[in-house]
Amino acid sequence: MSGSEPPSTGRYGRGVAPPPTRRQIHAKAVSIAVASGAYAISYGAIAVATGLDVWQTQTLSLLMFTGASQFAFVGILGAGGGMVAAVLTALLLGARNGIYSMSLWPRLQLRGGRRLIGAQLAIDETTAMSIAHAEPVEDSRYAFWVTGLWLFALWNLGTLVGALGATVIGDPGTFGLDAATAAALLALLWPRLVDRQMWAITLAAAGVAIVLTPVLQPGVPVLAAAVVALVAGLLPTRMWVR
Amino acid sequence: MWIGILVASLGCYAEKLLGTVLPASVLENERIRRTLGLMPVALLAALVAVQTFGSGMSLALDARAAGLAAAIIALILRAPFLVVVIVAAVTAGGLRALGWAT
Repeated sequence: MSGSEPPSTGRYGRGVAPPPTRRQIHAKAVSIAVASGAYAISYGAIAVATGLDVWQTQTLSLLMFTGASQFAFVGILGAGGGMVAAVLTALLLGARNGIYSMSLWPRLQLRGGRRLIGAQLAIDETTAMSIAHAEPVEDSRYAFWVTGLWLFALWNLGTLVGALGATVIGDPGTFGLDAATAAALLALLWPRLVDRQMWAITLAAAGVAIVLTPVLQPGVPVLAAAVVALVAGLLPTRMWVR
Repeated sequence: MWIGILVASLGCYAEKLLGTVLPASVLENERIRRTLGLMPVALLAALVAVQTFGSGMSLALDARAAGLAAAIIALILRAPFLVVVIVAAVTAGGLRALGWAT
């Protein structure tokens, strides 16, 4: 997969030099994908350190393909949580991707096989790139595909590198890989902490999870913290005016 | 293990696909949109807390907390993702190697 010529933009076929703006979009997409690939290395390493084999780790990157859900899934299993809690948390975290595809689709207008592939690529980064290059609509589509395909390739490559690397390490505690899981999740959370409301939700959710940890099965306190988002989302907007 | 992996993976894909068939009018409900948008913040925050201080069904203050503190400093200094993760791992692993923390 070259990644530089996304299948949806056949009219910009071989031999046609992309206009400068496309080259800029492409460069940005590659830099985003490289950063995500580095993230995937740590995901692969942590997943294997928590007991998944290389195939299972790689399957999650290929089929689930949404970083926060993958990290949550292996994190909860690694912490001794049940499979049901791990699956539910991954699904709750992945729900936002449905919103992304809902807002992307009027612009992408994909049918058939491209719809099935495009849906898999509807994640944080592709949505951000597609919205950042909203006009003209061809650029928006280009940004979506070029970001999505590069990211998919490097995300899976990074996963493989990290997973194979971790198979030689052994006990996660030795190299502080357990602390790496928390740091990776925090790095995902960090850019979202843009105002007081987000900080309030963060502290409340963390508090709920910690208070419930001694009384509920591992994994369940995290699910319980979802209630914080429910309550905050249903409160009248004016309560959050900064 | 495989069943859980496939259910979670296909479920996450179904969520993405569902967004392509639902009418955009669902998004016009401000509260639904906001609640779904806040969900990752709450879940990630809870995960960070549990991954740092949880130990099965009990709480523990160990090298992981120092690792998280190091990660916060790295994030404030705008370090790239991989650096944040490595700083946390090295801090926690180093403290254990020195015998200063469990």
